[in-house]
Amino acid sequence: MATKIQSDAASALAGLLFDGMTVMAGGFGLCGIPENLILAIRESGVKDLTVVSNNCGVDGFGLGLLLENGQIRKMISSYVGENELFERLYIEGRLEVEFTPQGTLAERIRAGGAGIPAFYTRTGVGTVVAEGKETREFDGETYLMERALKADLSIVKAWKGDAEGNLIYRKTARNFNPMMATAGRVCVAEVESLVPTGTLDKDMIHTPGVYVHRILQGPAYEKRIERLTTRPRSEKASA
Amino acid sequence: MPWTRDDMTARAARELKDGFYVNLGIGIPTLVANHIPPGMQVTLQSENGMLGMGPYPFEGEEDPDLVNAGKMTISELDASSYFNSAESFAMIRGGHIDLSVLGAMQVAANGDLANWMVPGKMVKGMGGAMDLVAGVKRVIVVMEHCEKSGRSKLVRECTLPLTGKGVVDLLVTDLGVFDINRGRGAVRLVELAPGVTLAEVRARTEADFVTDLV
Repeated sequence: MATKIQSDAASALAGLLFDGMTVMAGGFGLCGIPENLILAIRESGVKDLTVVSNNCGVDGFGLGLLLENGQIRKMISSYVGENELFERLYIEGRLEVEFTPQGTLAERIRAGGAGIPAFYTRTGVGTVVAEGKETREFDGETYLMERALKADLSIVKAWKGDAEGNLIYRKTARNFNPMMATAGRVCVAEVESLVPTGTLDKDMIHTPGVYVHRILQGPAYEKRIERLTTRPRSEKASA
Repeated sequence: MPWTRDDMTARAARELKDGFYVNLGIGIPTLVANHIPPGMQVTLQSENGMLGMGPYPFEGEEDPDLVNAGKMTISELDASSYFNSAESFAMIRGGHIDLSVLGAMQVAANGDLANWMVPGKMVKGMGGAMDLVAGVKRVIVVMEHCEKSGRSKLVRECTLPLTGKGVVDLLVTDLGVFDINRGRGAVRLVELAPGVTLAEVRARTEADFVTDLV
């Protein structure tokens, strides 16, 4: 009987990787990134990747690891201010970047997974983002046509999942993961807890299993915090 | 005395209204959250997928799965909700957010905004800023009036790549408040920071503006 469950990240990616491929990677900054699958891609040595991800990790963690290892040819991202190596490679012309407004990026991926080839948005009208793109007027307003995005592979991270591939994300670690799960020709999901089928609340499932082809429970999660900001506990005592 | 960053964000906070849904940009604009008047209901949206953003967590209670758009750890409130990035920007692009407060590198008299790159020097990306200025009902910019070199950031025409055309409603700088009105008329200086003179603002501003202040 077919099973989606994989023992580890390397076997979950077996047969899926090739040079020059397009990979979508979920996460916002370091929040909700598929840590184990990124490590497995680094170990595989696959190169000339086009990576679709809102950010590119940080120096030394997340997608920053693939950048350091020279595996990424092009990024499609909205914000990379957290990554010095990225900025340097881009300015030196050694990394191709398609800057895409964050909402347009999310919608392009959603459209890709939903069988919608293009859509119109006001975002980016009159800016460099509009260069070379069709514009059209609706009700007296100018809109820009944006094309859908798809990938050879999408890698996502969820909090809980089951053998069917049903996924539940946690708090703001959801971000781009649900749309990316729908837009990869193959989607591999890693979860913190792989739970027995039937134990997830069926009304609370964010990604239905149809989108997920392979699933694994990550052996460990560093879940690195990018910017730790807190209030002193003394404020709590006085509250 | 020109306004401090805290003063500028306090002034921007005076534009808040009861019941508003508000998105605060990363950097200086996040300080606006410290100036929400007591008793006023303002819901903060974080474009990475949260409504009802709470304050920084208490030490030891930080959660790597709970961050704001600046990737800083935050906390949730009883009324908070979480959603994915497409939903978040449907909310922004669809006109459901009342107010956005953003930082800037340049604001032009025609309402144009530049805040995402300096060609050949600094590339951070636009993040959600282009979507915010295209979809949010009212856009306030909070920025220093001049660059460190002394060059005015309120300009006749932006020289940096744009974030949006004709999108700025109000500008708060350390010198005063300008009604930009998306470039639909002349820029109007409507308020001076305490101790700042009209002559000083004129000397330090590239863009033309009108004013009833003396």
